[in-house]
Order: sequence, then structure tokens, then C-alpha cells
Amino acid sequence: MNIKKILPQLLTLLVVILIFGFFSYNAQVNMENRGISFGYGFLSQESSFDVQFSLIEFDGSHSYFRAYLVGLLNTILVSVIGIIFATIIGVVVGIARLSNNYLINKTAAVYVEFFRNIPLLLQIFFWYFAALRALPLPQDTEPMFGVFFLTIKGFFVPAIIWNNLDIFIYSIIAAIISITFVRIYARKKQENEGIQTPVFSISIGLLLILPILTFLFGGVDASVEVPVIKQLSQSGFTYEGGIKLPPELISLALALSLYTATFIAECVRAGVQGVSKGQKEAAASIGLTPNQVLKLVVMPQALRIIIPPTTNQYLNLTKNSSLAAAIAYPDLVLVFAGTALMQTGRAIEIVSITMLTYLSLSISISIFMNWYNKKIAIKEK
Amino acid sequence: MNKLNFLQPDKNNLNTYLYTGTILVALSIFIVFLNSFFKKDLISFLPGTLSFFLPLILGFIGLHLIRIEYSGLKFLDSVNKHINTNNFNAFLSLLIVFVVIKSLPPLLSWFILDANIAGDSKDVCTGTGACWTYIKIWFNRFMYGMYPNAEQWRINLSFIALAFLGTIGFFATEKFKKYLTLYYVVIYPVIAFFFIFFFISGGPIFFDFSYGIIAAVISIIIGFFIPSKFKMYYFIIVPITLYILLKYVFFYEELIELGKLEALEWVETGAWGGLSLTFIVSFFCLIFCFPIGLFLSLGRRSDFPIIKYFSIGMIEFWRGVPLITVLFMSSVMFPMFLPEDMFIDKLVRVIIAISLFEAAYVAEVIRGGLQALPRGQYDAAKSLGMGYWKMHILVILPQALKLVIPGIANTFLALVKDTPLIFVVGLLEIVGMLNLAKTNPEWLGFAMEGYVFASVLFFIICYAMSKYSYNLEQKYKTER
Repeated sequence: MNIKKILPQLLTLLVVILIFGFFSYNAQVNMENRGISFGYGFLSQESSFDVQFSLIEFDGSHSYFRAYLVGLLNTILVSVIGIIFATIIGVVVGIARLSNNYLINKTAAVYVEFFRNIPLLLQIFFWYFAALRALPLPQDTEPMFGVFFLTIKGFFVPAIIWNNLDIFIYSIIAAIISITFVRIYARKKQENEGIQTPVFSISIGLLLILPILTFLFGGVDASVEVPVIKQLSQSGFTYEGGIKLPPELISLALALSLYTATFIAECVRAGVQGVSKGQKEAAASIGLTPNQVLKLVVMPQALRIIIPPTTNQYLNLTKNSSLAAAIAYPDLVLVFAGTALMQTGRAIEIVSITMLTYLSLSISISIFMNWYNKKIAIKEK
Repeated sequence: MNKLNFLQPDKNNLNTYLYTGTILVALSIFIVFLNSFFKKDLISFLPGTLSFFLPLILGFIGLHLIRIEYSGLKFLDSVNKHINTNNFNAFLSLLIVFVVIKSLPPLLSWFILDANIAGDSKDVCTGTGACWTYIKIWFNRFMYGMYPNAEQWRINLSFIALAFLGTIGFFATEKFKKYLTLYYVVIYPVIAFFFIFFFISGGPIFFDFSYGIIAAVISIIIGFFIPSKFKMYYFIIVPITLYILLKYVFFYEELIELGKLEALEWVETGAWGGLSLTFIVSFFCLIFCFPIGLFLSLGRRSDFPIIKYFSIGMIEFWRGVPLITVLFMSSVMFPMFLPEDMFIDKLVRVIIAISLFEAAYVAEVIRGGLQALPRGQYDAAKSLGMGYWKMHILVILPQALKLVIPGIANTFLALVKDTPLIFVVGLLEIVGMLNLAKTNPEWLGFAMEGYVFASVLFFIICYAMSKYSYNLEQKYKTER
């Protein structure tokens, strides 16, 4: 009886140890043969390559660790942009899928079926190599609203130049904190007295008024810098000033958000459909207005179904952003696991750091999701 | 009273509303249609913004007028019910109709009317539409990659034979139905492997792997005569011993030299490519990832702590990293883990990597099904005296797998859509071939055609798969 329990476990352990031992022994031999020693000391060495697009200052004189940071920040940037747009498109399409208007319903269905049945890599290639290459040259571009320039070299948007930005950010943080207090107060009031407070309008008001106050009294100042066309050579033009979004970033964000939005749309649809009709009818029968039914009865229950799979999709989007390597957007994989690996030849260290980064991200999110699921689970008595 | 009647349709003036509304809607659609198909603007005399919005306004008023409840006309009622329930819906419906009418002519002209397909060089592509000649010329490459033209019949033959063997399940009589699972899970993959190895690759009859197969076959045959009490130990010890004996004592290297096929030219995997490679990679990954995922999911629910935590670690690791880093690992890091003289083919490494990666997802899907089963099923099976394996094979898994058909199908779809990523290790399936063809100096500037072509192909494959899984789900749906 006992041996039957222990033997399979021992065997598994033995096989795992054997495989790991075999691998690490070989790795040791191979590295000795090539004359490299295992270690992470190379991270502080000077990297001698340049990165096309980075959020923090970077050139060849900075260390490999800073190259890692550049890649990580670029990954986070494209993921955040993708998540924002995917959520907006996904929610709109998901609600459209529930519409009883035949045309809207079918249009949304066609969109979902089409974009989720085509490989993401193909979509990224399509936007980058086919669609964005058809854009006009900088000198032929018609401005959108006078200040946005969509050209083959990238999307040029006006930059906002701030004075005393920190005070502005503090004011927004203060607004968010006070909104939290208002919400807690409103909930208490509703539980004790049954009176609803217009939390939403108060929140919007706080979010608007506090930052505006800083403009008036805090010395905060913002001016807009519009991109201006500049001639480089006989036929070479570019825009100066403003912010340049490279085509790699645009096509990647576009493909990621359009692809992920289809999955989010299905999550939203499943969530709203998952709220049983009886709930809505019961809520209406105790005299709630349609708005209150949506806010107090349907949405809390639908969100409980929607949020876990949607978070999963956000995670997928972040992991899929590593496809950036295919179109040379300098994300973590391209900068660190690509260029830095080629230069240093330290395959094991670099691939393991890259994997650990993604792994820690997804494990922390899944731990958070488990906590969240426990928190919102219906407590049955 | 009269005024109110004017605003609200009733029996007397119903026809007026109907005709005015219909005429307005028809007029608005007609204006957009003319404008889009024949480039004629009927309302160009109006100022710019108004002429742009006029069809929308006309159609909107028209739809508002014909929104009559229970008009008695079947068609009108169904229009009102489906696309014209309120002002907002009417507006959106009109917008969709106009966008479709507006976008049809450019699409038609690009895809068909102004497209070229004749000829065999870039020069024929003079129109403003697509250049399908490019696809026609490169079709062979998109399907077979760099595989030599003269040898392509081998791929065709293998695929046709495998497709035929795959459909055997539909023709099986009742008597053989019970062997079908065995056939599809064990025999068919082995046949497929041999087809691919011998025909497509042109490999030797005896190679390193074949010792393993011989060992497995021999031990399975002998295994039938071993009492079930010792079966587990037997299957753990004997096959490995047999393999080592065969490889290092009995045959060693001689058989490899002996069994080389002279008739077929050896085509290395680096030359494979195109859609056929997509199929090969997806096929093997599908076959391997399912059993691995099944064992991982059982392991995760196991009572043995070591096996449990090993499974959890495997699942969470593979699910936590992007596939592209896994492929990076298999191409740059994995060779460091092997002895200097040992070499594993790129394609094999890729298939192992993708299989392990997708297996983690399959495992989580199957775990969902296992958790959904009521405890009573386990208890009932145990009370009948079934052991762990018997209980799972006969009672638990058939029910659990039935529940998770949609989830597994989604994972398989994701797998097929992930295959283009193998460009990381330098294998060019269809998307990779497109990128290669795109940079050919003689055929510059046809990226769009290539991507549209591949998109359509992938869409057909994936859509068919998802519809098939839906049918399967309906077929095996049982009321609980």
C-alpha cells in the first residue's frame, strides 16, 4: 500500500532530477568549451548598440541592464495602449452582439469571427507591411484636425509641454483618494439609510475641479507643441516637434487591440447573458428605475462573470506583445533576447531573465485574480 | 385633433406615412448607391456638409415615418422589429447600410474588376486592383516552401493518404468502433509519422528513433501476457532496457547504413515550408499536446504531493511565458543543454516546444472539466471497486472530456494560429514564405495580396475547425 504511493513519486523525482542533471552537466561542459562562465555580471557592462524608440534615454554607453529596462518599458507601453483600446472596442462590440438590431448584431458577429480566426502575427504583418506602407509621405500628408499627421514614417501628434507637472499629478492623486472616500461614505449611507448619493457626478466633478484649481493657483501651465514639417534633403521630409509614434508601435497596438477585442467582446456577451432574466424582472418589480437595475443589479453580477476571463485576455495581450520582434518594435524580446543576446552570447542568462520577467508578471496577476475571485464569489449560506 | 393625427399614424393616413417613408428611405439609398457605384452625385448643388449628411437625414426621417406598430404588412413588421426598433437603432442601421454600399465598389474593383491574374510576370499587373498573378506564380512556394518542385508529389501523396486514413472512422462498422480510439490515438499518429519521415523527408528505414519503436512494440506484445499485478513495474523497466540493449548491444549503427532508401532523395527539414509545413507542425503538436496535457491535468489533481507540485510547476511555467520566448529557448538555449555531438532537428525541437506549451493550456481546460464533475461520480466508481486508472478511463474522463470540447477546440485553434511563430527558428511556413516573397526584388510591392491570400486561407481553416467543434459539442451534449 505504502510502496504504491511512494514509488511513482520517487520515479517522477528521479526522472526530473536526471533530466535536469543531464542538462546542467551539458551546459557546464559546453560553456567551458566556449570559454564563458555563468553569471549576471554582464548586466552592468556597456552595451554598444542603439535602440530606435525608447521611453528613457538610451544609447550605446548605457549598460545592458538599462537596455533591459528600455525593452520592458516599451513592452509595457504597447500593452497598456493595446489594453485600453481592446477594452473599448471589446465592450462596444460585445454590447453590439447583444443588440436586437439584426444589422448591428451581424456586423459585430462578422467582426468577431473574422479577426479572431486570423493569426495575430499575420495581422501585425498586414498592418505593418501592407496597410501602413500605403500611407502618404510626410510632405504629401493632409493634416487631421490641423495638428495630427499620419504619414508613412509614423504618426505625429502634438506634444503637451508642462510646467510644474508634479503638482498637477498630485492633484489627480488627491482627487482619486477623495473619490474613494466619497464612495465609502456613499455605500455606508446607502446601507444605513437607503439613500443613494450621485457618486458618479461627484467623482467627475472632483476629477475636473481639483486639476483645474492647480491651473489657477498652483502655477501649473501647459502649452501645446504642434509638429512642423522640416526638409532634410531634396526629397526627404520629416516633422519636428510634437511626439512621433513609430509605425511599428501603431501597427502592433492596432493588431493587438483588434485581435484581443474579439475575445473581450465574447467575454462581455457571455457575462451579460449570464445574468438571469429573473434578476432583472425582480429588480424592476421592486420599483428600481432601468438605470438602477443596470447599475445595482445587472452590472455587479455581469462583472463577476466578465472580469476573470477579461484579465486573462489582458495577460494574453501582454504576452502576445512579444510578437513585436517580428516587425522590429524594440520590446523586451527584441532588445534583450535579440540584440543583447547576439552581442553577449549569454543565451541561458538572457533567455531565463526574459522568461522570468513574463512569468513573474503572469503569476502575480493570477495570484491577484485568485484573491479577487475569492473576494467576489457569492457567499452562500 | 387633426394635428395630432398628422403626427401619429392611424387607419386613415397610414398609407401616406407608408409611401412617404418608403420613398424617403429608397431615395436615400438610391443617392448613396449612385454616388458609390457610378460616381454621380445627385445632390451636389447643396453645400458640402449638407450634401454629405442629406441621405442620412432623409433615410432617418423615412425610417421614423414607417415605424408603425402592427401595420399588417409582414415585411414592414419584420423590418421594424429587426432594424428599426427606435431612433438610435434606425440611425445605426442606416449607417451600416451606407458604409456597406460605399465600400462595395472599391473592394469589388480591388478584388475582381481591376485585378490581374493572367500572364506570368510583374508587367501584366497594370491595373489599380490586386495582382493575383503574384499569388499564381508563387503558389507553389506558398504551399510547399523550398521543397524541390520535382519531389512535391511526395507531399501530396502523403497528405492524401493521411486524409484518407483519417476518414476511416466514418466507415467503421459497429464491430470495429471500439478500436477507433486506439486507432486515432496511437496507430494513426505512428502511421502519419512514418509517412512524413519516409516520404516527405526521405529518411532511412532504421534510424535512432526506430529502436524505440521496436522496443515499444515488443514490450507491448509481451505485456499482454504479464499478470496485471506487475504490469506497472514491467512497463517502467522493460521498454527502456530493451531500447538500450537494441541500440548499444544488438544492432548499433549497422542497421542505419543498411536501411537507407536509395529511391527517394533526402530533403532536409530546412527546405520544408509553406502551408504544408503549417499542417505538419499543427498535426503533430495537436497529437502530442493532448496526452501530455491530459497527464498534467490528472497530475495536478493527484494526491501525491511531488507529482502534484511538479504538474503545477509545469503548467504555470508554460502558461506564464510567451510562445516566442519558448521558441527562442528551443533555438538558442536548448542546444547548450545537449552534449556537443548530439543534434536534434530544428523541426523536432519546434514541435516539442509548441506541444509542451499548448499542453499546459490543454491541461487547464481539462482540469476545468474534471472539477465540474460531481463528487458522486468518483464515489460511485470507487464503490464499484475500480482502481485509479480504471475509474478515470471508464467513468471520469469520458464525461469530463465531453464537457470541455469547446475549450479544447479553442486551444487547438490557438495552436494552429500560433504556428507562424516558427519563423523565429528560421522555419518558413506560409506567413514566413510571404515575407520572403515580398522581399524578392522582382516582386516588390505586393505585400497586400499575399497577406490577404494567407488571411483567407487561415480564416477558412480556423472557421471550419470552430464550426466542426461546435457540431461535435452539439453531438455529445447530454442533459445532466
